[in-house]
Formats: sequence, C-alpha cells, structure tokens
Amino acid sequence: MKLLNQSLVYISIPIFLIISLWAVVFYFSMLYEIHDSIDDGLDNYKLLIIQKSKRDATLLSKTDFDESNYAIRKIDPPTEPISKDLYKDTLMYMLNEQEMEPVRLLTTTFQHNDQYYKLKVISSMVEEDDQIRNLFWASICLYVLLLTSIVVIDKVVLQRLWKPFYSFLEQLKNFRIDQGSTIPKMQTKTQEFVELGKATNTLINRSLGAYHHQKQFIGNAAHELQTPLAIITNKLELLLEENRLNDTDAETIAQVMQTTTRLIQLNKSLLLLSKIENKQFFDNQSLSLNQLLHQVVAELADFRQFKNIALTIDETELVEVTMDPHLAYILVANLIKNAIFHNTENGQVCLMIGGKTLIVKNTSSAGKLDEQKMFKRFYRATSKKKSTGLGLPVIQAICNLYHFSISYSYTNEHSFKITFT
Amino acid sequence: MKILVIEDEQGLRDAIKDSLQKEAYLVETADDFNTAYEKLFIYEYDCILLDIMLPNGSGLDILKELKKANKTENVIIISARDSLEDKLTGLALGADDYLTKPFHIAELNARVKAVLRRNKLEGKNIIELGNISFDLEERLLLVEEQLVNLNRKEFDILKYFLFNKNRLVTRTALAEYVWGDHIDQADNFDFIYSQIKNIRKKLADSGAKIEIQAVYGVGYKMVEL
Repeated sequence: MKLLNQSLVYISIPIFLIISLWAVVFYFSMLYEIHDSIDDGLDNYKLLIIQKSKRDATLLSKTDFDESNYAIRKIDPPTEPISKDLYKDTLMYMLNEQEMEPVRLLTTTFQHNDQYYKLKVISSMVEEDDQIRNLFWASICLYVLLLTSIVVIDKVVLQRLWKPFYSFLEQLKNFRIDQGSTIPKMQTKTQEFVELGKATNTLINRSLGAYHHQKQFIGNAAHELQTPLAIITNKLELLLEENRLNDTDAETIAQVMQTTTRLIQLNKSLLLLSKIENKQFFDNQSLSLNQLLHQVVAELADFRQFKNIALTIDETELVEVTMDPHLAYILVANLIKNAIFHNTENGQVCLMIGGKTLIVKNTSSAGKLDEQKMFKRFYRATSKKKSTGLGLPVIQAICNLYHFSISYSYTNEHSFKITFT
Repeated sequence: MKILVIEDEQGLRDAIKDSLQKEAYLVETADDFNTAYEKLFIYEYDCILLDIMLPNGSGLDILKELKKANKTENVIIISARDSLEDKLTGLALGADDYLTKPFHIAELNARVKAVLRRNKLEGKNIIELGNISFDLEERLLLVEEQLVNLNRKEFDILKYFLFNKNRLVTRTALAEYVWGDHIDQADNFDFIYSQIKNIRKKLADSGAKIEIQAVYGVGYKMVEL
C-alpha cells in the first residue's frame, strides 16, 4: 500500500471518532443552551401575563390555550406553600404539523385577590429528531470534507516532500555494484532523508569495499591454488616420463595424478561459479542462440558419432539472447555435453529451439533425477567417480544471473527447458 | 633455441625448465621482475614464458617495455588468472599466446612449438618425421608420399603427438585438448581410446615409421621407429 493511502487509513479512523464525539457533545450543549433560552423566555412571558391579569381580569378566565400560549385556571388554595416554577417537556398537538410536537411547558401558581390561580405557559421547541438528523448529516459532511482535503493536501504535500526520496529510490534500483554505477545522491534538505541517504551511501561503500575485496580474493585464490596444482601435475608428469619407475609406482602416481586432475576441475568449476555469482561476467551482447547451438553440436559431432547417438535439432524460430558470449557458450555446451555424455549407446538427443526457449532432451540409463537436489553443489546422480557435481550448478548460476528460468522434467528421457527473458 | 622462463614459484619454474630442456632448448630463468627485465634487455631469446604476478612488478609491464623497445620475442603468458579480460589485455600488449595455470606439460610443449614454428615459417608449415610428412596448413598426412585419410579429431590428436614427440601425453591432457575447457566429464576416455586405436591402425597400415605407445596406462608417447 502506498504511503499516501496508508496515512489516509490511519487518519480517517481517529477523525471519525473525534467528529462523532464532538457531535454528541455539541448536540447536548446546544440543547442545553436552547432550553435555557426558552426557559428565560417563558419566565418573562409568565411575569408579563401575571402583570396583565392584574389589570385585565378577563385574562383570568382563559382556561384553554387555544390560539395563545397560556392557560389560567382557578385552583383551591394550596395546602403547601406556593411551589416554585416548574419546567417540563411535553407534547402538544400542532395544527400546522398535524401531529404531536414537543413543547416546553412552564407551570406556576400565583395569587390574585386572595384567589389562587395556576398558570401554564408553553413555547414551541426545536424538534429533537430533526435536530439530530441535521447534526448527523452536518457531521458526515464535515467528515467527508476533512478527508477529501486531507487527501488533496497529502497528495500535494507528500508528493513534494517525498520527491527526493522517490528519485533516490530510482537511483538505488538502477545501482549495480559491479558496473561502477555512480553512488545514488539524495538531493534534499529534509533531515530524515539526508540521514537515509548518508546511511545508504555508507552501506553501499561498505558493500563496494567487500565486493572489490572478494573480487581480489577470487583472483588471489585462483593464483594461490592454481600454481601449486600446476606444480603437482607437472612434476608428476615429468616423473612418469622417467623410465625408472616400476609398474606399481607408476600405477600409484597415475592415481595421484587423476585425483589431482579432479582437484583442478573442482577448483576451476568453483572459481567459475563464484565468478558468475559475483557477476564478474558482464560483456553482454546480443548473440544468436541457434548459431551457438550449431557450433557446439559440430564440435561434439565426433564424440556423438562414436557413441552412435542420434541428434535432431528442431528450430522453429531464431532466438537472440543478450548475454556474455563466454557464459552463453558454457551454458549451451554444458547442456549438450551432459546430454551426450550421460547418454546410452545408440541413444538420442533432441534439441528444440524457438519461442524464447531451449529444450534439451536425452535418453539415459539413469532414471529421473532428484529435482530437489540436482542443482545443489556436489550432487551426483550416478556414482561416476570423476564428475565434480558442479555441472548443473554452473548452468543454474548462469540462468540465475540472467533471470532465465530452468526446469527439468522426466518422461522416459531427461528434459531440460530454459526460458530466456 | 633460447627460452626465458619468468616465474616466481620455484617448483613450477623447475618443472618447466626440466621439461623444456628435454626438448633440447637452452633455458634460462628469472624469478622476479627486476631479474627478468635485466636479462631481457641484455640477451636475445626466441621465446619467453611470462607469469603475470611477479615480485616487484607485473608481467604486463614487461610486455609493455618489450613493445616499447620494439623487441619481437615470442611471449607466452602463463597465468593463474583465467578471465577473458586478462587474456585480451595480454594479447593486446603483444603476447603470442596465453596459457592458464594449471596446464599439462604436453600442452606447454605444444604451445611453445607452435609459437616457435610460426616465427620461422618460410612458406610451408610441414612437420617431417621418419617417413611421414604432416602438413599443418592443408591438414594432410603423407606416408611415403601416400595420402592417409584422417578425420578431424584424429588429425588434431596426431598433431598434438607430433608436437610432443618422445614425450608423455597424458589422457587427461589429450582429453582437455580435444574437448576444451570447462568440461565436467574428463572420465570419458573411451572416445580417446578408440581414436588412438584408429590412428595406430592407420599408421601401421600405411607403413609409417612412427608409433604411439602406451605409457603406464596413464597416457601415450609417440616415438620414431
């Protein structure tokens, strides 16, 4: 969820609660004020009527409200002292609304010429249900208005405030540690962003340092391991050239030499893997996969014929990929070599290319490979002693580097499918 | 033929020296940048084997100096660094070949011979041995002036043996030579066996006075009969 929407969610709920609470408080305080003001009016009216009744006795015989707002009735002298004014809310039939409407009623008692009278004065009141409805809609309007203005303000303000952040983010996304990209710059005076920029740059610089260190380490590891390995093989080869060895010694030396060969292959494959994973191959260029396929097939033709393996190439389309030519060669060659080497005598290899995919199928004496483990380093399907178990991991590492997907399936024959993006 | 081996690792330097001396080359060695620089500008060499990472300097600087001085020695870089970039830099600076460590003695031999041959070619590129004549340019094998048919791989294997006459060529070296690098299946020697068998048969049938002998079950050696 975008920051803007998220902040809106967080803001809308408290605002809703605040407005609801405010509406309730406002309603009651307003009602209190209205009552107070009506009661004052009634009190004033009462005094006016009492004054007037002293001059005009006809008033005293007005026992019904009728068209006016008061009624006077003669009562027996009260046994208790004269009660104070009594205010209450009641209902009365209103002609115009044709229904019972709330009114404020003041009941009081006064004395005139030793006679006691009860005076009732009414004043029509606000209709509470109408009032609540109005207040409700007003509150909703306020709520919507507030939210809309917050959205608009948010959009404008946030967009302006976050602009340097998004531009920084874009730079970060495009940053490639291996391609000597320029370090992303945060162009703002906002303190938090400046700090974020600083922290990120520290991180980047540290990663750059580690990257260069690792690159150097790989170079050094190659040098350090390859040279001793060269000495071992070359000395052994020279030793075997001497004709002074007896057969048992020669046999032992031959075994040591084969082990060394494996060691060399392991070391080479591991170096290749770490180079791929450190993205040190980036001479990307557009190349024709079809052409590469034919080249590799031609190179392996003699061996294929030796094992009497039938090979078919099914080209439906020309496929162009953008990748490092060396890696492309390793990828295609490893796939096809695997298909030929792990094949049976008189077997079959089928290559299908087109629609951004390359499928390599081959018959094999071994059954289905373990999909969970096949791309793990040092996994060997067969007990073939001299395989390094790094062939498929190399293929996968190359695919990962270029975001190609690789899948494996088995229906009587192995099938590897690479989808290029 | 005089060869200078510039390599700081003593074990490797000695192994290379021993091997080259077996080929009857005059071999001198240098173990750091300064010694190498000194020797290069005092003596003349036919071929220089040059390590890149040297004490007190880089082999690439030696290449630059040679180029500046217009010296046309053949240079083969021997380096543990196996990146295309390094190879291209080396070759651009005038090196003739680039060999990545670790390498087989047979491979080094073949590269040195190839570089030396390239230099003193006078029109033809033919190896003559006993009663055979091997045309590298036309890819032909003639025994007693008679053409012997070889397929592509057989020709390459025979060429490798001719460059390593009387020397041990291990099966692994041969497999790497035939299949190239980055191969995970070096145990596929069946193909090599069958190719050797075919070559042997063709040589014997044509009456060639050379033979490929097995050596302790680890490799082969080509000898003149």
